[in-house]
Amino acid sequence: MGLNFISSILFATVVAGTPLIIVALGELVTEKAGVLNLGAEGTMSVGAVAAFAVAHHTGNPFLGILAGMGAGILMSLLFGISALTLMANQVASGLALSIFGVGLSAFIGKPYESVALASVEPIRIPLLHKIPLFGPALFEQQGLVYFSWVLIVLVAWFLYRTKAGLVLRAVGESPVSAHSIGYGVVKIRYQAVLFGGAMAGIGGAFMSVFYTPMWVEGMVAGRGWIALSLVVFATWRPARVMIGAYLFGGCMIAQMFVQGSGVRINIPAQALSAMPYAATVLVLVLISRNRSTIRLNSPASLGQTFLPDA
Amino acid sequence: MWLKFEQRPEPSKTMSYLSPLLAVALMFLSGLILFLVLGKSPVEGFKVFFLNPIKDSYGIAELFLKATPLMLCAVGLSVGFKANVWNIGAEGQLLIGALVGGGLALHFDGSTSPFLLPGMIVAGALGGMAWAAIPAFLRTRFNANEILTSLMLVYIAELVVSWLVHGPWKDPDGFNFPQTKLLSAKATLPILLEGTRVNAALLLGIGALLVGWIFMNKSFLGYQMKVAGQAEHAGRYAGFSAKRSVWIGMLAGGAMAGIAGISEVSGPIGQITEHISPGYGFAAMIVAFVGRLSPIGIFFSSLLMALLYMGGEQAQQYLNLPSSISKVFQGMLLFFLLGSDVFINFRLRLVRRRK
Repeated sequence: MGLNFISSILFATVVAGTPLIIVALGELVTEKAGVLNLGAEGTMSVGAVAAFAVAHHTGNPFLGILAGMGAGILMSLLFGISALTLMANQVASGLALSIFGVGLSAFIGKPYESVALASVEPIRIPLLHKIPLFGPALFEQQGLVYFSWVLIVLVAWFLYRTKAGLVLRAVGESPVSAHSIGYGVVKIRYQAVLFGGAMAGIGGAFMSVFYTPMWVEGMVAGRGWIALSLVVFATWRPARVMIGAYLFGGCMIAQMFVQGSGVRINIPAQALSAMPYAATVLVLVLISRNRSTIRLNSPASLGQTFLPDA
Repeated sequence: MWLKFEQRPEPSKTMSYLSPLLAVALMFLSGLILFLVLGKSPVEGFKVFFLNPIKDSYGIAELFLKATPLMLCAVGLSVGFKANVWNIGAEGQLLIGALVGGGLALHFDGSTSPFLLPGMIVAGALGGMAWAAIPAFLRTRFNANEILTSLMLVYIAELVVSWLVHGPWKDPDGFNFPQTKLLSAKATLPILLEGTRVNAALLLGIGALLVGWIFMNKSFLGYQMKVAGQAEHAGRYAGFSAKRSVWIGMLAGGAMAGIAGISEVSGPIGQITEHISPGYGFAAMIVAFVGRLSPIGIFFSSLLMALLYMGGEQAQQYLNLPSSISKVFQGMLLFFLLGSDVFINFRLRLVRRRK
């Protein structure tokens, strides 16, 4: 096992973890406002196909990211209308968004299935990217990888160091109190939901424009759901999202570990592909086992519909 | 002037029945708009999508064939949904049911025993229940969210199917296609109507609707589940076990999904392949909601959902549109239903805007 091999595994782990970080942080902010949006899978899918289409037609990957973000916002707006304005059950609205989004992305994406995008050159940080072992993983990455790190800091700063973040958390803990002292609960929840949608759209864009880079139906492959599980795993704390995302990123490239290690093991490829999903179940069990951890950390009003005049 | 939702003194019964109809009407309407946007004639599109599939008796038979797995899955899921048990992994339970039941048939290949077919169906139900038991156990023992775990198990079930049909169960004489050998005639569900593909699974589906109706409306256990779903605290105060609700809800969903899976394998497909279900397990959630979680409602909404599947195939053939258009319609239908449901608890009022 050479140094190069370890270095490339580190690199691939960071890449695979990046969409999870971005999507999970968006969902974290949404959930901190007391809204459970299960639509991440559908939002990511539509974001991915929108980004791919725009990047393909304009040749500009940056415009692709913007398109993914825009599509994500539009998708989460649907969720907001259903769950916030029309006060429908949040779980059902989120499921609707996932079913609709996965279907819509397959429908829109059909003509793009045989198209390939040129891969985008990474941004190299001078000198640093030459550090052995860690250099490529940390300093020779796509812009969105650096963005995901900045996002962790920004989200943590916003939630715990700004007044707006405090209000958002208050809305998530006790919407009735927040409402009674004059904060617009529905408005703040809308903002949180749209932010979550924007991030899920960018996460999808990263998948189709930078990671693969191509569009295949079903390519999101449960990453939206894994991102939702990551929020629970992180006990709603931004920094822990990163740890979890890289753990899962490592899990997702397990195939590479096995093939590159030179050890001949007789495991079917499907068993390796199942690892991230099995790991998600395992992680949920380990975290949820302790009921008080969940009760203390999850926003108190999570998943409950707020009725403005009730 | 401004429109505002005002809470009704009590939920409107009328609106709870009208809301699914309103949702279907809105879906038709947006279908017309969608065809227009896609540059197709809306009238032509509507005809191809919603009328073509059922223009002759064969089409109507196909409608019932496709509705069968949907009504099976949906009636099982509705038991859990009533108690707020969110099993969203019916698709995986369907696949494992298909594997266990189909595996039994492959193991006893060539058997002429009259018990083979009933045994396969029981095995299918047990397979689905076993897969559903995992999230039920993790929820009741470790408090793990059943939404996420049941969904993760769908992906794992798909990979198990893929492994078996590419590996150990692949038909040695099958030209290397990822599929098992065809099930024998004794392991295949009998056709109900000569000249069609409608098979005995439809009777299982209708039987499941009846059992579901009796369970939810005539049994004390069903009553407890409903109370637990509508008023958690009241249920707990009355001593109804929340854990039991989870187990019953999950196992009912798993059993029915498993039967749906084996019915597909020993019915229209006739072997285990990688394409046992075009997302029936997910579509069944919509069927359950649109059917108001009631067996009669589920009967009609499963026919509607089957029509959406068939419309997608027609649209692919005659309008040159991807068949995934049916999933767009399915998603729209659920959104419209959730939106229309606001009128059950609220009415719209014109109010003067406050300065």
